[in-house]
Order: sequence, then structure tokens, then C-alpha cells
Amino acid sequence: MSASPHISNSNSKGSAPLLRLEHISLSFKGVKAVTDISFDVAEGAITALIGPNGAGKSSLLNVINGVYQAQHGSITFDGEVRRHMHPHHAAVRGIARTFQNIALFKGMSVLDNVLTGRNLKRRSSWLEQALRIGRAPGEDDAQRRHAEKVIEFLHIQPWRNSVVGKLPYGLQKRVELARALAAEPRLLLLDEPMAGMNAEEKQEMSSFIADVNREFGTTVVLIEHDIGVVMQLADHVIVLDYGKKIGDGTPDDVRNNPDVIAAYLGTRH
Amino acid sequence: MGFFLEVLAGGLLAGVMYSLVAIGFVLIYKASGVFNFAQGAMVLFAALTFVSLLERGVPFWLSFVITLLAMVALALLIERAVLRPLVNRPPITLFMATLGLSYVIEGAAQALWGAQVHGLDLGIKDEPFEFAGLLLSQFDLFAAATAAVLVTTLSLLFSKTRIGLSLRAVADDPLAALAIGIRLQRIWAVVWAVAGFVGLVAGLLWGARLGVQFSLSLIVLKALPVLIIGGFTSIGGAIVGGLIIGASEKLAEVYIGPLIGGGIENWFPYVLALLFLLVRPAGLFGERAIERV
Repeated sequence: MSASPHISNSNSKGSAPLLRLEHISLSFKGVKAVTDISFDVAEGAITALIGPNGAGKSSLLNVINGVYQAQHGSITFDGEVRRHMHPHHAAVRGIARTFQNIALFKGMSVLDNVLTGRNLKRRSSWLEQALRIGRAPGEDDAQRRHAEKVIEFLHIQPWRNSVVGKLPYGLQKRVELARALAAEPRLLLLDEPMAGMNAEEKQEMSSFIADVNREFGTTVVLIEHDIGVVMQLADHVIVLDYGKKIGDGTPDDVRNNPDVIAAYLGTRH
Repeated sequence: MGFFLEVLAGGLLAGVMYSLVAIGFVLIYKASGVFNFAQGAMVLFAALTFVSLLERGVPFWLSFVITLLAMVALALLIERAVLRPLVNRPPITLFMATLGLSYVIEGAAQALWGAQVHGLDLGIKDEPFEFAGLLLSQFDLFAAATAAVLVTTLSLLFSKTRIGLSLRAVADDPLAALAIGIRLQRIWAVVWAVAGFVGLVAGLLWGARLGVQFSLSLIVLKALPVLIIGGFTSIGGAIVGGLIIGASEKLAEVYIGPLIGGGIENWFPYVLALLFLLVRPAGLFGERAIERV
């Protein structure tokens, strides 16, 4: 049983957690989305949020990067405690994310989409940028080089100049990951990065996620329905059901947790 | 031939005046995918504020600056009171909001400054003079030069800078824009303020030509065919669309008009726009919708 709040029994690689949620409750006009959720995310770990549809997983990601603002609780990111996040602040602090229903700039090319991820890294003023003077030209080149590196890392070079809206679904998912990575995030939030993919694409995507985690030390929190993928990828699993946390621990802990088996692998799924 | 060229040149220059109005629409459409029905009211508000200050003895440039500040304040107010509560609503909701907004702004402008017609003299003669064998209006040339400066500045600002990229991003997907750290509210405020500035420029030139009066807000209707032909998302398109409308309506009036009894200048642009809608719904330079089926 791990129903008590706050257990950081994951195989933490760092000492203080990178992200800590404490007693987060969120409701929409009286409908409770998540209730009193607390957990830690260790720096450098891959944490999976699992649970049936409507369990509050996406809401929780939205709370972490400030799209939603929880009515109760607090978020500690990298030592800074806040009542709630704001999307801009989250991005500045190094939280990047992808969405369940791909949120890309469909009219732009792959390269431009990835470049938007570098948006906050630019330091030159708009005047310098408009006239291409001062810091702007050198900076443009640097951002482009970095974007190209990310594109190469995720093997999407052949489509770098294609308009994103015309690409197949699986590739769009990868472009969205590329845009998130372009920001050099410390924490990467992935909302069902493998939804709607076939087995081969899923394998490819999970190895990209593992690579990102290993090579850049990026902390990852992801939502995924495919238990096989979760057990293989995650260091730490958090199980939600009806907006409440019913499991928190290593994949093995969770697999053997009777509550989890009842809720998640039981009758409803 | 000389006569043809003269009509053409006159038409093109008149078209620039339409383009000036159309640019204001393009800016807001690019940033939020919404046809801002209140743009005409903003033009009226700007012109009326400027001319009223001028009549109260405020020097020209000071009036300009004060009016500009008023337009920026208006933009901030609109962002705060109208756009922010309606974030992530469908475009039709925002369109309806701008429709209501246009009445509010028109009403406010007239409540503040009165409803009488004001003359506006910018100190530029609106008389024809001969240039390379053609009779041209000095005022038209001034308007064209203003438009050129405006378009160059806006193009640089929106194609090369971070604001430009953010603008496209916000229009494309507000949620994704938030996730990469773009401040939606700030972008909207900037765009509406710039649209207010463009409205001010258009208001001064149109006001000097027609007098500053309520009907100034109806130039919205003249901008519509320009936008349909040029495309709603392209500043360059607004210019080309304006030139096409200006030239074709004048040429049609002179050459086709006599055949069917004249007076076609007023409706010809709409017929042309309808034809464009059939052949090229996104306009000449508009972004065509991407759809995977």
C-alpha cells in the first residue's frame, strides 16, 4: 500500500527531488479532477503517470506547467515553492511539454516549429532582429544550429522543410517532442507520446525518450496507457484513479499493488 | 493610351488608401484568426480623437502622440476586457465580440468628441499636378509613400523578429504557444496596439480626404473585397489586393460604366471579390488551409 502522501521511494538519482507536488486538488466548477495528490519526481528519473481514462493524469500535467491552476496545494520545482505555476514561468524555468492531441504550428515547417522551441533562448531585441544587426545574426545561426541538432537526434532531417500539417501522425508526435527538446528542458512532460502508434513506432518513440533521458539527463514525466512500454521505460510509476493517487513506487511495487490491480487491470480496463 | 495610364495610376493610388485600412485587419487576423469588425470603429476613434485635439489648439505632433497613446490604451483595454475572457473560444465568438466592440468604440468616440463632421487638413494639397505626362494628386502620392513605409516596417517586424514568430505561433495554436513560453496576452496587446496605430494612419489620410465623420467607420466595407482578393493573412496581399481593387474599379467605371449606365465603381469590387471566392478562396497570398483526409 502506498496511499499515504509523499513517498519518494523511487530509485532517486539525486538527493532533493526536482519536482514535488503537495496536496494538489483541482476542480472545475465543483467537478473534482484531482484530489489531494502528492508525489516527488527525482532528478534524472523517468516517471510514468498511469490510470484509467478520466483519472486526472492530463489535468495533473496541466497543473505542473500552469495551464490549469490548482485550488489547493503547492508545487516545488527545483527548490522554488509556488502555489501555482504559470505557463510562461514554467517554460522559463525549464519545463517543456507535449500534448495528447498534438499541439503543433501546423502551417509552419518542421524546422520553424523546432525553432519556436528556442524562442526563450533569444536575447537580442526586436529592433536588432528586424534590422539584422548587433546580436541578431549570430544568434539566429546559433539557434538554427541547435534546432538542426535536435532534428538530427530524432531522425527527422528528411522532413525538416515540410509543412507539419501534412506529415503523418507518428512524425508529428516526433516533431512535437523535438520542439520540446529544443528548449533544453530540465523537466519534460509528455502526454501520451505513443498514443495511436503501431508497435514499431512505439518502440522507436520509447527509445528516443530513453535516449533523451540518458544523454541529456532530462527528467521525464509521461502519461502512457501501454503498460508494457511503461514497465520497460519508467523508473517510477504513479497510479491515479478517479483523481486520487492509489499507487506510487517502482514498476515492480506497482505491479504487485492490489489496489492498482483492482483499479487498473481489473474489471474496468 | 495616355488616358488609360492616367486612370490606371489614379486607380492604383486610390487602391493604396484601401490597403491602408486592410492592413489593420490582416494584423489582427494573423494573430487570432478573427476578422476584427471593430477596425473601422478604431479608425474613426483615432481620427476623431486626433482632429478634436487639433481643434482644441494642441500642436500637430503632440496630438499624434496623444492619439497614439489613446490607441495603445484602447488595445490594452480590449485585451483585458474582451480577449482574455474569451481565450480558446471559437473564432465566431470572437468575431461577434468585435462586432459588439465596434458599436462600443463608435459610441464612445462620439460621446467623447461629439458627432459633428470635422475637416482635417494635413497640410498636403489634394490637387492634381503633372508628372511624366500624367495628372497625379500630391495627396495620393503622399498616401502611397506612407503605405510603403508602413508595410516595410511591419514586414520587417513580423517576419524577422521573435514577435513575428510568436504571432504566427499564437494564431496557429494558442495552447502550444503557451507551452513554449509565449505570453499570449502580451502578443495580443502588441498586435491590437499596432492595429490601432495603423488605424490612426488610415484615419488621418481618409479623414483628410472625406472629412472626419461617422461614415469613416464604414470603410470596413471597402476593405472586405481587398482582403478577399489579397488574402486575410498577408500584409503584402493587402497591398496588392488594394491596388487591384483601386485600379479595376476605376478602369471599370471608365470603360465598362458607359455601356451599362455608369455608377459601377461602388459595386464592382464586390463582384470581383465574389469571382475570387469562386476561383481562389484563400486569396492571392493567403495561407491555404492544410487538411489531411
